[in-house]
Amino acid sequence: MIAFLLAQTIAITGGTVYPVSGPKIEHATVLIRDGKIAAVGASVTIPADAVKIDATGKWVTPGLIDGTGQVGLTEISAVPADNESFERGDTIAASFNVAEGINPASNLIPVTRIAGVTTTLASPGGNLVSGQAVLIDLDGATIEAMLIKSPVGMVVDLSENAKDTGGGSRAGVAARLRRAFDDALEYERRRADYDKGQMEQLSARAADLKALLPVLHGQEPVIAYANRRSDIQTALRIAKEYHLRMILAGAAEGWEVAGEIAAANVPVLVEPMDNIPSYDALGIRYENAALLAKAGVKIALMETDSHNSRNLRQQAGNAVAYGLTWDQALRAVTLSPAEMFGVADRYGSLDQGKVADVVVWSGDPFELSTGVEHVFIRGHEVPLTSRQTELLERYRHLPPKY
Amino acid sequence: MKITAVTLCSILAAVGCASGGAHAATTPAPAAAAQTPAASAPKSAGAESLSVDRPQYPSTYRRHSNPPVVIKNATIMTAAGQEIANGSILFKDGRIVAVGASVTAPADAIVVDGTGKFVTPGIIDVHSHLGVYAAPATDAESDGNEATRPVTAEVWAEHSFWPQDPQIPLAIAGGVTTIEALPGSANLIGGRSAILKLIPARTVQEMKFPGARYGMKMACGENPKRVYGQRGGPSTRMGNMAGYRGAYIAAEEYRRRWDKWLQNRQGDPPARDLRNESLAEVLRGNIYVQNHCYRADEMAQMLDLGREFGFKIRAFHHAVEAYKIADLLAQAGTAAAVWADWWGFKEEAMDGIEENAALLQQAGATVEMHSDSPSGIQRLNQEAAKAMYAGIRAGIPITRNQALRWITANPAWTLGLDSVIGTLEPGKMADVVLWSGDPFSVYSKAVQVYNDGWLVYDRNDPAHQPRTDFELGQEPAPGSDR
Repeated sequence: MIAFLLAQTIAITGGTVYPVSGPKIEHATVLIRDGKIAAVGASVTIPADAVKIDATGKWVTPGLIDGTGQVGLTEISAVPADNESFERGDTIAASFNVAEGINPASNLIPVTRIAGVTTTLASPGGNLVSGQAVLIDLDGATIEAMLIKSPVGMVVDLSENAKDTGGGSRAGVAARLRRAFDDALEYERRRADYDKGQMEQLSARAADLKALLPVLHGQEPVIAYANRRSDIQTALRIAKEYHLRMILAGAAEGWEVAGEIAAANVPVLVEPMDNIPSYDALGIRYENAALLAKAGVKIALMETDSHNSRNLRQQAGNAVAYGLTWDQALRAVTLSPAEMFGVADRYGSLDQGKVADVVVWSGDPFELSTGVEHVFIRGHEVPLTSRQTELLERYRHLPPKY
Repeated sequence: MKITAVTLCSILAAVGCASGGAHAATTPAPAAAAQTPAASAPKSAGAESLSVDRPQYPSTYRRHSNPPVVIKNATIMTAAGQEIANGSILFKDGRIVAVGASVTAPADAIVVDGTGKFVTPGIIDVHSHLGVYAAPATDAESDGNEATRPVTAEVWAEHSFWPQDPQIPLAIAGGVTTIEALPGSANLIGGRSAILKLIPARTVQEMKFPGARYGMKMACGENPKRVYGQRGGPSTRMGNMAGYRGAYIAAEEYRRRWDKWLQNRQGDPPARDLRNESLAEVLRGNIYVQNHCYRADEMAQMLDLGREFGFKIRAFHHAVEAYKIADLLAQAGTAAAVWADWWGFKEEAMDGIEENAALLQQAGATVEMHSDSPSGIQRLNQEAAKAMYAGIRAGIPITRNQALRWITANPAWTLGLDSVIGTLEPGKMADVVLWSGDPFSVYSKAVQVYNDGWLVYDRNDPAHQPRTDFELGQEPAPGSDR
């Protein structure tokens, strides 16, 4: 009934359309009906009842997808009451799915979507196995309405940050993870014994071991954070041992082993503007995204500052400045993350039948001069307002009228 | 020799003699009034002289000798109002000689083809922790906060600064030529800042900007009360205010005692106290207060604090709510150093908006972008662009020249160096950046960076891509951006 009431046909006309799945189309129409993309092309018949949006001279792309973040899971970073991405006291927090921590009323949601980022990963953090990440559209009054897929992947931290969980050493971290995987398989094999208490103590709670099984059966990818070259190789080694589907994240020194990553057919989530050396990644550099892509690795981009997930496009622009092609960059914030997260049948490109997450830009979406003109999420145009636009209007002329 | 140094120091009137004597004469220095003990030291000061009369950690900066350089056929963005298409710029002996549609270059000048490229003044960041929070960010390299008591006006950031911080070459490659390296914000009064030429150097003294005044880092709000809330206070904002006032009341008395003694130097000098010595210099107007302060209402309190003790706050840093009191800041003559879009990382940063800088500009306040970040400092041109375009999209008419000044001339003013750096005008120091394209485009990169005429970075020439000691021996060698 609600769907019927909201049913609407929208025609975005005259713009340069970047479907991502194919070459750009000049003076094209994107037709949206009932929340889905009904047609894309230069000669689309526009129904008489369609609401027309003139996009002449504008650029039209799929909504951008941020490959990481805590949008919806954080309000003020420094206020613990406002943060929902970390489960304390459980090194193997595999059963921790962040979804019910999402606040659909978060101020970050409008701030992010009016800048053209329509979809983000909502990701857990901390621990060794951080928990289950979910994918959300940045619109909807309820968690259910926002969720695209849950879970999308099991987040595992093999970076320096996780060392404490392995007794203070990298080898300890890897061993601890293998023990959890082994115990999960053992738990599955001897479920009856476990239930009768006829097994020695396992290294994680039953709920967490159970939650690891889809990962160990290749049904759910592991999103593995690793930066040092040797940690990346450890991640690949573990993926091979356990036949895991893996997405690498961070991978600051990934460019040093790009060929190995490509050969393992493992995609990578990259943050292009990150280049500050640490002992976790002395080889970190701006060209990482470009060098990975050049080696044939599928990449998607991240903006790890959740409050500025809107700067995903600046990340993309800087990746281009340091060698990624523009087309690769656009794919890395649309179709590639959709593929990695297993939703490419519904998201990531402007193709008939896909969910209508569409952005109309005043120009090149990665250029700093470009503004957002229209944002559609699931076929609904969202107002270009946020708490920040209200603050602007209140203080545009001083003193303010309270 | 020492007498010479002291004399020059008093002419330059630099607080604490940031300038060394020998080369100061060849380098433009800002004018400043001096009441320091050193400045009023008798010329006959001999072996018995007081420590306070001797040079205080002077700059040993020396300009590198270089052939003249002329960049031709570039778009020259002077930050002084002009944007000259197909223009040229000539600099020689560390000074800008000519800027215009065409300039006459001497025969020995190195000619750089700027076709399709842009030229701007060197970028200035008034809020950096490079060197004091060096990479890799280990506890061993964490030297930015003397978080042992809430007032540490006695510490100097330069005494923490590590010139081999591998973040320095990254910032240079972003077109930055001058920074203010500050103590952190744990303390109400955190200590003296260091104004530095961003150049490869063995010692911080070699980087100290000749003649630059010191800044005094102060911090409002959440940080001091969080750090000291369980450690004897302050634990509230009112406690913060009482803390600043108590410190300056003590400094007033100290200043009185010293100023009286300095009049005739009769009898024993008053006891020297580093904390009060620095704060007295704030009271004399010789050290600029650089004040970390987010909230509009707190900034208004701090302006009143300045009025109570007779000093001006030079700039509020991290001023995310400055737009709410843009009129008050314009009136007070206090600058606002801001980010383009940081917000939400703590309660006092909740109300950050992208139009902050534009609204401040519109109100006639002095505004500038700052980084507070080893990452952000590499892209201050992009930060200015984001803030400019956010303003324009909101219907606030910001010009390219104004936005460029947000990262050049205005921060130069905040450091008291606007007569020396910050624009491309004849006579100014040759801090010059050649960009691959419009510096307000996300796709543009600094191609060449000249600091006082010295080519400190060339993206296309590994011979001009300085690497710190820290980076040597890394395998594989990092890329050209390192």
